[in-house]
Amino acid sequence: MFNKDRWSEILEALNANKIRTFLTAFGVFWGITILVLLLALTNGLKNGVTADFGDFATNSMFMWTQGTSKPYKGLPKNRYFNYKIDDVAAIKAEIPNIKYVSPRNQLGGFRGANNVIRGTKTGAFEIYGDYPEYIKQQPMDILSGRFLSYSDIEAKRKICVIGTGVVKGLYDVGEEIIGTYIKINGVNFKVVGTFKMSNSQGDGEQDASTIYIPFTTFGQAFNRGDRVGWMAITAVDGIPITSIKQQVFDLMKSRHKIHPEDDRAIGHFDLSEQFERVSGLFAILTIVGYFVGALVLMSGIIGISNIMLIVVKERTKEIGVRRALGASPWTIKGQILQESLILTILSGMVGISFAAFMIWIMNAVLDNVGPVENFANPSVGMQVVFTALFILVVSGLLAGMIPANSATKMKPVDALRIE
Amino acid sequence: MITIKDLHKSYHMGTNSLHVLKGINFNVNEGELVSIMGSSGSGKSTLLNILGMLDEADTGSYVLDGVQIKNLNEKIAARYRNEFLGFIFQSFNLINYKSALDNVALPLYYQGISRKERLSKAEHYLEKVGLAEWSHHLPSELSGGQKQRVAIARALASDPKVLLADEPTGALDTKTSYEVMELIQGINDEGKTILVVTHEHDIAQMTKRIVNLKDGVIIDDSKVEQVRATQYV
Repeated sequence: MFNKDRWSEILEALNANKIRTFLTAFGVFWGITILVLLLALTNGLKNGVTADFGDFATNSMFMWTQGTSKPYKGLPKNRYFNYKIDDVAAIKAEIPNIKYVSPRNQLGGFRGANNVIRGTKTGAFEIYGDYPEYIKQQPMDILSGRFLSYSDIEAKRKICVIGTGVVKGLYDVGEEIIGTYIKINGVNFKVVGTFKMSNSQGDGEQDASTIYIPFTTFGQAFNRGDRVGWMAITAVDGIPITSIKQQVFDLMKSRHKIHPEDDRAIGHFDLSEQFERVSGLFAILTIVGYFVGALVLMSGIIGISNIMLIVVKERTKEIGVRRALGASPWTIKGQILQESLILTILSGMVGISFAAFMIWIMNAVLDNVGPVENFANPSVGMQVVFTALFILVVSGLLAGMIPANSATKMKPVDALRIE
Repeated sequence: MITIKDLHKSYHMGTNSLHVLKGINFNVNEGELVSIMGSSGSGKSTLLNILGMLDEADTGSYVLDGVQIKNLNEKIAARYRNEFLGFIFQSFNLINYKSALDNVALPLYYQGISRKERLSKAEHYLEKVGLAEWSHHLPSELSGGQKQRVAIARALASDPKVLLADEPTGALDTKTSYEVMELIQGINDEGKTILVVTHEHDIAQMTKRIVNLKDGVIIDDSKVEQVRATQYV
């Protein structure tokens, strides 16, 4: 296989008919190009769609309260209740495999009235009371200063971290931001940091017009006490939140005297479940990509097999001469197998490179024209390249099999007689 | 060197059966230069193919240098051909995309000899047939006589026990034919056993023994006074 003489024999043979070699190779080149491009496009679609989930930790759910729908322990139905800050500690203590629990409160919102004032400028922004963990669930880039910390929580400091949209609305260009004060619903907060969402898609403007303040400060300043608006709960990696969310609900029901079968009382949105569904869809699309690509590749392989058959036929006499000179059938077979293998792999590699080049162009164009809906960063991983190579090796061998057999089927005496 | 006893061979084409060799007996000793003559269809090529292990006889025995040649599988036959025999064909059968040197080195390649050693041996044999300065030319750049010389060098390259030449001068003009025969005689003088199939009397006269085949049997087998090709060249 790695015999230098064998290689030069084969290269000589391939060189002897350049145009045919090229045309034969083109089929496989095209097949593998389409295979890789299909997978890259699938990936681009996947990247585009999953970007709509934002960067939020996907193994998460949001949980809020709704009115009860069943009377229980002497309490009537249609009763409203609130989570308390103790519930957070209880979830962390009693439910295993929970990674983060962030209690949250919110002020302002979509098309809300102006609620923030700085000097002569005003703006309507979303104000969230949060714990420092929140940045781990919702990754964001701190552009200057810092995010919330536990000492802020404990001391109930009146500080805030503001988004780029807030900066744009309340500050002049180039103005010093850190250390200034803004007035939220009549209460002064010192700005300690600015942020930008790491990877925002679609909701960029909303994300940018956000102000984070410590959860405890929020409760005190805006009269929420220890009540919790909703929680963002993330499970540890490898254990889907879907599988443990029922335990969380049961715990909340028992702590708030809710009928165990009252499913309406606790509202939730399971991000992980949604994400799984979309991932499943793309897993299928990837399989379709492989399937279609492999079929196109197969026609290329058949082309190689076909041409090799013709080559063998044309070289019948040469093969006869070689056998008269002492080439064993396996030497001949091996050479033809290796020829088709080299043709396949070589053209396949060129195909992969060409596909990579096309992907690069696509990405360059995407970068230039800006984000396209539901499509981002088409790409393939190394494992796709290795899979493609594996497919090439197998198919190269398959392509060579029939011609190799036909090359040695004829008796040397008959092969020599052919003019 | 070669012992053949009661060799039979027939070909079957559909319902027709063609009995080509009908009991051939003959021996060739080491160092002989034998020509096999006969009109077309006499079975001379078939005999040569069987001697060359390219074809197999139906019945009869064939012993080459003490080795019984019978029921060989292709792998062993290929090895025996490589070690024992050198072929010279009427149409030269050089590989057209290989240089003269590489053509000559080909049998050595199948022996698994290293490239360096192969090429130096091949160079030696090319020099022997007087084509050293043509070693890097392709067959298409050589004349007929030169091609046949390259083929002879190739047949010699693996230092075989017997050279089998099937109409070696069939595609050459008279002058070139004599040159090639001169070369063959020279090789024979060095002790190589050579069998030449031909239908040209003047070529046959240049060997030492003529075997005449007709309709699959030997009708005449006699030693002749060898005519040296040198006097015509």
